[in-house]
Amino acid sequence: MAFGTDDLRAMFHAFATRMRAERDHLCQLDGAVGDADHGIAMAQGMAAAARAVDDAEGTLQDLCNAASKGFLNAVGASSGPLYATGILRAGKSLGAVTEVPTDQVLQIIVALRDGIVHRGKAVPGQKTMLDAWHPAAEAVLQGLPLHDIIRCGREGAESTKNMVATLGRAERLGARSLGHLDPGAVSAAMLIETLGAVIDQCRA
Amino acid sequence: MIQTQKLINHGDDVVEEMLTGVLAAHAAILWRPDGAPRAIVARHGPRPGKVTLVIGGGSGHEPTFLGFVGKGLADACAVGNVFASPPPQPAVDAALAAHGGAGVLFMYGNYAGDVMNFDMAAELLEMEGVEARTVLTTDDIASALIREKRRGVAGNVFIFKATGAAADLMLSLDEVERVARRANARTFTMGVALSSCSLPQTRRPSFGLPVGEMEIGMGIHGEPGVRRGPLRPADAVVDELMDALLAEMQAQPGDKVAVLVNSLGATPLMELYILHARVVQRLETAGIGIHVALVGPYCTSLDMAGASITLMHLDDELTQLIDHPCDCAMFAQR
Repeated sequence: MAFGTDDLRAMFHAFATRMRAERDHLCQLDGAVGDADHGIAMAQGMAAAARAVDDAEGTLQDLCNAASKGFLNAVGASSGPLYATGILRAGKSLGAVTEVPTDQVLQIIVALRDGIVHRGKAVPGQKTMLDAWHPAAEAVLQGLPLHDIIRCGREGAESTKNMVATLGRAERLGARSLGHLDPGAVSAAMLIETLGAVIDQCRA
Repeated sequence: MIQTQKLINHGDDVVEEMLTGVLAAHAAILWRPDGAPRAIVARHGPRPGKVTLVIGGGSGHEPTFLGFVGKGLADACAVGNVFASPPPQPAVDAALAAHGGAGVLFMYGNYAGDVMNFDMAAELLEMEGVEARTVLTTDDIASALIREKRRGVAGNVFIFKATGAAADLMLSLDEVERVARRANARTFTMGVALSSCSLPQTRRPSFGLPVGEMEIGMGIHGEPGVRRGPLRPADAVVDELMDALLAEMQAQPGDKVAVLVNSLGATPLMELYILHARVVQRLETAGIGIHVALVGPYCTSLDMAGASITLMHLDDELTQLIDHPCDCAMFAQR
């Protein structure tokens, strides 16, 4: 089973559709701990990434580079640099080829995690998007099946409810952030789930 | 949930349409470079040999940031989406369009997103051979105990003003940076919110604040503050804010301050002047002189009701810089 440039385009469109559908829900989560705009940023960013891959030609890496730039320039904010860096790394992991074996696509979860860490300097447990990306990436590295990777991302996002924010906009809330989900971790778990669905479709 | 009422066309277009209006209304002061839709540049300030002051941040705080672009203050501004840092490119576009060959100073409020985007912009400028430095504003005393972790809010007005004046006086990049850091270190802000703002794209309140309650220390994006409690009379609210500000500022009798009583958007001038009357009383009691006072909407949070009080603890240098003339789209000093 191979994953080609049209599959990558389909993946970014699936991300955009999911973020558009969850926009107001993510904004509501953000309202409790931040400035209520996380859903807007993710919906705008993924929509721009999807437009960018449609317009781009070349290898999987070329398409990811275009998506990264599209996301960053549409969004700014904190999710812009974090996802732009992560998507760049994802492109690098897929490589300058027009298709890869479908199982290799899971490596972009690891690449996204690494890019987000590089740009944001977060560590797990600080109540950020990393708390979903990190356990999912570790699950990929351990060779766990797809449904377990998705579960690790989701459980990671849910675990942010019991965390006190020590990085990002919610940091200044301190103990008042306890009991609230981190919107960045929730949207990350959704992206991991969406990625899983795209891979499933590719395998079918 | 009922959506809030706004005079907009479409939520996704608010920033672009606002910029069209701003550029039309202030064409004598502002221009926008071709191919740089989110960079706003001063027509008269930038010149060879002058340090370039580039400010920026999310939209929704008008007149902050773009209203402070003009001769004697900021040379250019990078404009983000509502409440979101601009991406690196507009900051690079703004800096290059205004660059006078003496280096660039980026100034913006201390938020994780802004830091990442402007740091990327500084890296891009370095690759173009342009030196770019950064001074973050951290005046919101309610947002953290440690100064370096605090947010930048309405005190930006005075901090940018002093820094822009230093640049206009043709000081070196080292000197302008020193002034910026000093201005920031001596500026203190605290606010109170009475109602939530709502984003143009969702038109729903960003947070719940029951009728009859206020939130002390709330951020200018609706970030939760330090405490929530029943709304009290204006004098009592000013006293709570001024107690905290005066304790932080550590002024001596005879010292002078610049005062800003700022609306977060929906609170009218009448209420600001009522607040200001009490601020004056409190400063008089403390033996602190008022060199200059600004009362009005200077750093807003869309349609949020509430106000903030800023004190800049002046010294001779800052006094001279605060008095320096400027001519901006939404702020002028003769």
